[in-house]
Amino acid sequence: MQSPGALEISRRDLLAASAATVTVASAHSLGHAQTKATTAPQSTKVTFTVNGEGRELQLDNRTTLLDALREHLHLTGTKKGCDHGQCGACTVLIDGRRVNACLTLAVMHEGDSITTLEGLGQPENLHPMQAAFVKHDGFQCGYCTPGQICSSVAMLEEIKANIPSHVTVDLTAPAEITPAEIRERMSGNICRCGAYSNIVEAITEVAGRKA
Amino acid sequence: MRFDTPAATNPIDQGKVIGKPIPRIDGPLKTTGKAIYAYEWHDPNTRYAYGYIVGSAIAKGRIRSMDVAAARTAPGVIAVVTSDGVGELKKGKYNTAKLFGGTEIQHYHQAIAVVVAETFEEARAAAALVKVDYAEEKGAFDLTAAKDSAIEPEGGGDSGAGDFDAAFEAAPVKLDQVYTTPDQSHAMMEPHASIAAWNGDDLTVWTSSQMIDWWRTDLATTLGIDKDKVHLMSPFIGGGFGVKLFLRADAVLAALAAREAKRPVKVALPRPFLMNNTTHRPATIQRIRIGAGRDGKITAIAHESWSGDLPGGGPEVAVQQTRLLYAGANRMTAMRLATLDLPEGNAMRAPGEAPGMMALEIAIDEMAERLGLDPVEFRIINDTQVDPENPERPFSHRNLVGCLRTGAERFGWQERSKQPGARREGNWLIGMGVAAAFRNNLVLNSGARVRLDREGVVTVETDMTDIGTGSYTIIAQTAAEMLGVPIEKVAVSLGDSRFPVSSGSGGQFGGNCSTAGVYAACAKLREAVAQKLGFNRTDDLVFADGEVRSGDRRMPLAQAAGDEGLVAEDLIEFGDLTKTHQQSTFGAHFVEVAVDVATGETRIRRMLAVCAAGRILNPITARSQVIGAMTMGVGGALTEELVVDKKRGFFVNHDLAAYEVPVHADIPHQEVVFLDETDPMSSPMKAKGIAELGICGVAAAVANAIYNATGIRVREYPITLDKLIEELPEIS
Ligand code: FES
Ligand code: FES
Repeated sequence: MQSPGALEISRRDLLAASAATVTVASAHSLGHAQTKATTAPQSTKVTFTVNGEGRELQLDNRTTLLDALREHLHLTGTKKGCDHGQCGACTVLIDGRRVNACLTLAVMHEGDSITTLEGLGQPENLHPMQAAFVKHDGFQCGYCTPGQICSSVAMLEEIKANIPSHVTVDLTAPAEITPAEIRERMSGNICRCGAYSNIVEAITEVAGRKA
Repeated sequence: MRFDTPAATNPIDQGKVIGKPIPRIDGPLKTTGKAIYAYEWHDPNTRYAYGYIVGSAIAKGRIRSMDVAAARTAPGVIAVVTSDGVGELKKGKYNTAKLFGGTEIQHYHQAIAVVVAETFEEARAAAALVKVDYAEEKGAFDLTAAKDSAIEPEGGGDSGAGDFDAAFEAAPVKLDQVYTTPDQSHAMMEPHASIAAWNGDDLTVWTSSQMIDWWRTDLATTLGIDKDKVHLMSPFIGGGFGVKLFLRADAVLAALAAREAKRPVKVALPRPFLMNNTTHRPATIQRIRIGAGRDGKITAIAHESWSGDLPGGGPEVAVQQTRLLYAGANRMTAMRLATLDLPEGNAMRAPGEAPGMMALEIAIDEMAERLGLDPVEFRIINDTQVDPENPERPFSHRNLVGCLRTGAERFGWQERSKQPGARREGNWLIGMGVAAAFRNNLVLNSGARVRLDREGVVTVETDMTDIGTGSYTIIAQTAAEMLGVPIEKVAVSLGDSRFPVSSGSGGQFGGNCSTAGVYAACAKLREAVAQKLGFNRTDDLVFADGEVRSGDRRMPLAQAAGDEGLVAEDLIEFGDLTKTHQQSTFGAHFVEVAVDVATGETRIRRMLAVCAAGRILNPITARSQVIGAMTMGVGGALTEELVVDKKRGFFVNHDLAAYEVPVHADIPHQEVVFLDETDPMSSPMKAKGIAELGICGVAAAVANAIYNATGIRVREYPITLDKLIEELPEIS
């Protein structure tokens, strides 16, 4: 049996073990943490607003905001692409700012106002960004799309608020909406279908400028 | 409907709806969160339980024992199903590695247990408590090391014509080079996910599948139940690129877990499991030899490829395109397959051609340079209108030359510096590259059912899937065109095993074949309508504007439906036109790059693809397929590589942080041009595949552009900074 107790464990073994997510080596420490956790309160009541509606949930403390939305409120417009903050599919707006809902626990959002894709518009009443994505075919499979749309709505506000990005050349001049700025600021939202070129066109149209 | 003679003029040729840039009909659902993906099915009256997968921590060996006592008693746990507990399960026809069952471990992260709990958090925590005692065995994980042990794969695979060795020997200009492509991951955005629910012996599964009938068959086989008992649904799929072609562990685990838990169970594979639990595009080592006369005509061409897979698997068919793409009387190709104990290698977007063209199209660029020819011209000189191995067998339609010429013109190819490393803008070295695109056109039988109701609404049902390809839309367009109704009057239901079996989505065959199946069903419905409305002549029938017309007589289409509606079902069955004629799709990729002279960082500045792929059913969705493929091609050129831990036998960078796919900042505005053409040999739709053509050649065009920018020829993908930096010029 591969044992985590062996002192001669190499760095390489350790790396492999941590990479394995569920390996014998990691099992013990996690198991330990779990045993301890049972003595602490396991669930908490949290109240927040989602798409303008007050919601109250009694949640396991480990529940991410993403799973609170998807599994408890059945707002499945927000997607789980990685659950590790690597893809942006779970992007929602919290008090207007974009956040990866998989990287934040639901119980941390007491009193917050959360907007998901469902809160932006409906099929018969699309938000301008949703309509622009349809028009420019800014998606294919549609799985990254909720994140792209939420992200782009907040991203344009960030530019308006003059928050600079990595590609902003002049920090003293007002931030501009350029394709380069859009691409840079949207790079936390992966689209494996590769709709980027069309997404930038959709966003640019909504921003009121030509790509 | 049998399709064994070239398509004559038919209603599709009207082009009133087909060929029009109609936005996706599922767009409003996908942009508002109303499209329901596998893990998201929710019946308020059902209490779903959550399954969390446990994967093997070794790459090869056996499970001696599993200790699940702690997991079983952990808070919220309902059931633990283990691989050794369920014993051997029958493997489905399409998988190489087993998905679950028994004690043998064939690869790292192979599923060995599923822990079922009331909540996701509880299941995940309990899964971490499963302890496993393994008997680890030595495995082979290094393709380079295993290369010499590689053998001719089952079914052969060597091809040839003329006398390659003699012709190569005699050729005045020659190239002999080796290229490598790494293991790659599909990395689609929706992880594999299934919900399974039993009702007595009947099993319902919501899943994420490209091929409904293959999955249904293989799931029934694995569970040892009748196929009739399995109902599979997959109406929306968050990308696949080949990794959802074949049944995956999530469906098997959900079904077994639901049986054990006596509750519907949801299972999603966590992102870090995907790369090692599922399939990947296998790495290749490719040797290419080309001999040509001073006139630029290829006289000898050879392409050999080595790849590895688990026992029972197959080779990456990277030499496929070289049999067909360029002329040359003397030729040979060969593939050799090594046994590797890595996760299963299998189809990823354009299997064969994607990695094959990565190598071949650099070789062609190198050869053009040796001949002192422009790489566009060199390709044109060596065009062929017949299968070079069997010259009596023509291409059904081939306009590679048109793609190259149009592309060169549109891209401003004449601006390219003939001298590599000669164009510089500040810190950036600028270069342009070209590559041909080539992918075969495959055809699979495809069925559909069409219903007409008294409101004149047409409903299409087929088990075809839409993995982002636009199936919903082009199927609606087909029915609208055939029956003369506006597209708003067509409803499309897909991805349900209760519907007629379709081609499914894969190998870029889905668009052409599934619409051809809908065409067949609509043709049958037209006959039924004509009969119902009392039209005696059928040769001059016109279906248009919601009416049926013949001579002076016109009747509303809806009237044929009556109160009970009219239904027709048919199947397009392909004859041997793909045997008598080589059917392929063609294109040309043009890329401009800038390489940072100090860091070796490559930025893509411009991209253009010109495609000749038969009738374009919808230029919006077709273009999206191509730009998506171009984007994936950029990933293959610059960043994508599954890094093998050659000691422990697994892909180390198994998540989206470490396996680097292109992001917004990597991709410029992309141009796509479709040549106006039809291919009547392909189907009544006269369309061919497009989704995979778009990736073939892209990476080589990038590589060639980098060479043109820097004068550095990298033959090992991906072309990362470290492979350039040594040879970059001194910074002045
Ligand atoms: S699911 Fe949150 S970033 Fe990927
Ligand atoms: S639309 Fe499929 S990942 Fe973006």
